[in-house]
Amino acid sequence: MAGHNRRVGDQPWVRRSLIGLALTLTVILLVIPVVVIFTQALSAGWTTFAGNILDEYTLHAIGLTLFVALLTVPLNLVFGTALAWSVTRFRFPGRKLLITLIDIPFAVSPVVAGLLYLLLYGRNGWLGGWLSTHDVQLMFAWPGIVMVTVFVTCPFVARELIPLMQQQGSEEEEAGVVLGASGWRIFRKITLPNIKWALIYGVVLTNARAVGEFGAVSVVSGNVRGQTNTLPLHVELLYQDYNIVGAFASASLLAGIAILTLVAKAFVEWKQSSSESPAPEKGGV
Amino acid sequence: MKQLLKGFALGAALLSAQPALAADRELLNTSYDIARELFAAYNVEFQKHWQEKTGETVEINQSHAGSSKQAQAIIQGLKADVATFNQVTDIDILHERGGLIPENWAERFANNSSPYYSTMAFLVRKGNPKNIQNWDDLAREDVALVMPNPKTSGNGRYTYLAALGYAQDQFGDDQAKIDEFLSTFLGQVRVFDSGGRGATTTFVERGIGDALLTFESEVLNIADRLDGEYEVVTPKVSFLAEFPVTWIDDYTKQNGTEALAKEYLSHLYSEDSQRLLASFNYRVHNEAVVAENADRFKELKLKSIDEIAGGWENAMKTHFSSGGKLDQLQRQR
Repeated sequence: MAGHNRRVGDQPWVRRSLIGLALTLTVILLVIPVVVIFTQALSAGWTTFAGNILDEYTLHAIGLTLFVALLTVPLNLVFGTALAWSVTRFRFPGRKLLITLIDIPFAVSPVVAGLLYLLLYGRNGWLGGWLSTHDVQLMFAWPGIVMVTVFVTCPFVARELIPLMQQQGSEEEEAGVVLGASGWRIFRKITLPNIKWALIYGVVLTNARAVGEFGAVSVVSGNVRGQTNTLPLHVELLYQDYNIVGAFASASLLAGIAILTLVAKAFVEWKQSSSESPAPEKGGV
Repeated sequence: MKQLLKGFALGAALLSAQPALAADRELLNTSYDIARELFAAYNVEFQKHWQEKTGETVEINQSHAGSSKQAQAIIQGLKADVATFNQVTDIDILHERGGLIPENWAERFANNSSPYYSTMAFLVRKGNPKNIQNWDDLAREDVALVMPNPKTSGNGRYTYLAALGYAQDQFGDDQAKIDEFLSTFLGQVRVFDSGGRGATTTFVERGIGDALLTFESEVLNIADRLDGEYEVVTPKVSFLAEFPVTWIDDYTKQNGTEALAKEYLSHLYSEDSQRLLASFNYRVHNEAVVAENADRFKELKLKSIDEIAGGWENAMKTHFSSGGKLDQLQRQR
């Protein structure tokens, strides 16, 4: 910066100490814990680490967690796209309300979300009696885990798409209509290419949250090892057993997924900014 | 899309990954959070026993969490066959709120349906530098204590009740003296953790306090694990902490597991099982096993909840409810 339009924050010592503070805090709060996870996981050697990961219950927890994510992500992809489409392309009464409602899962604590589902679908819940007489087990089984995960993660895709689609407007699609294209063709050839990267970004975030969700899942899971125990629950369980190394081994898997997510996120952001339409300004989640 | 399908298939395959030989029968045991290793060992013993008896193989699934949370889950539809808890009130609730078991569940097995029990003891640092021997030493001004919060954990409630039992023995009917003792005792607590494992961490990992007050089973467990760093102190009087078990009548009927569930629990009283339970630092009833472990489990006077506070319902109302005795005593400080 040139010297003659200096502001207060430009003094070298202010700048240096601010940068230093930010770096120190990042290292203490973020870098060290992540390093600790991996060093703890490997503290008893690779063989123990592999043994912990290949444990029957850990494998099942990994499988269940992936299974839940694989159901949750497509569901929310469709739901989020449909929602963003309807609120940005149409004007209808209650539209503003709908945009506000989509944020409920962000505002509500996940534990409360879990309890809501339990009160609704549990044995003593509103729908629970009917479900129970028809021998449908939703809570304390994998369908319940998927249901709360879908709830907790449903805003991510829509929240990524709505600002972008608002900004882009509907002129291109209207042109498509005028030229006689079918609805599906318009979506595939015009809308989808425009929103592609925001959509992928939303999916990455949804997946990260679905894999890591603890609070809501903990309420409806029933914690049965080898049946309804997801990876985050498994970490807690191992920790309570004093199996610290095992807990960290499982935690390192979650950390690994998180790091992959960050890489994917950075890649998508780079793609987004280098594609024609400018990326929407978004705060981190 | 192809990738997605592939991943989906992988997930489904992992999920359905079953042991090569499916068992003839299945049983779900819901238990408290720190009992995993105990039941992992017992399940092996029981599987052998059931196969000898009937020729059938059993797969036993385990669920572990705080026992109050487990009780809620069972009431809300977790179809458990048996509950093996560490608090009587959490089984009572299965009758009161859930209507899933009869009111007299405790009479269905010996010893109040509590095949093993424990008591509250102290863990002190090596050499017992503060010379802590009994409850009155804990009320000394130079002693700092760590215990779970009686408001949030059964473990903490038991310790509070044990101290109350001691005070009742010391001061008889003199309520003012009893209150004064309890108030001084609570004033010496440096950290009230929300649960048992948290208190252990505070005392062991963070090195806070002169004495940790928790279950004797936990105290012995830590002393074994960290040999030489700590000493176990068993007070002369303490609380009888029961570990009640029951089968869930409604669900075992639905699951067709009544006989299996009953046998799973009654086998806990067999001599081999009792020996196994004792090896996990729980006190047991079988006389032969008691004799074998005489030096490990010091003799002491154990007072039940009925003696100390006239039953659980009364104890909860008088002592632990909002504005109850515990709140009043802590406010006096």
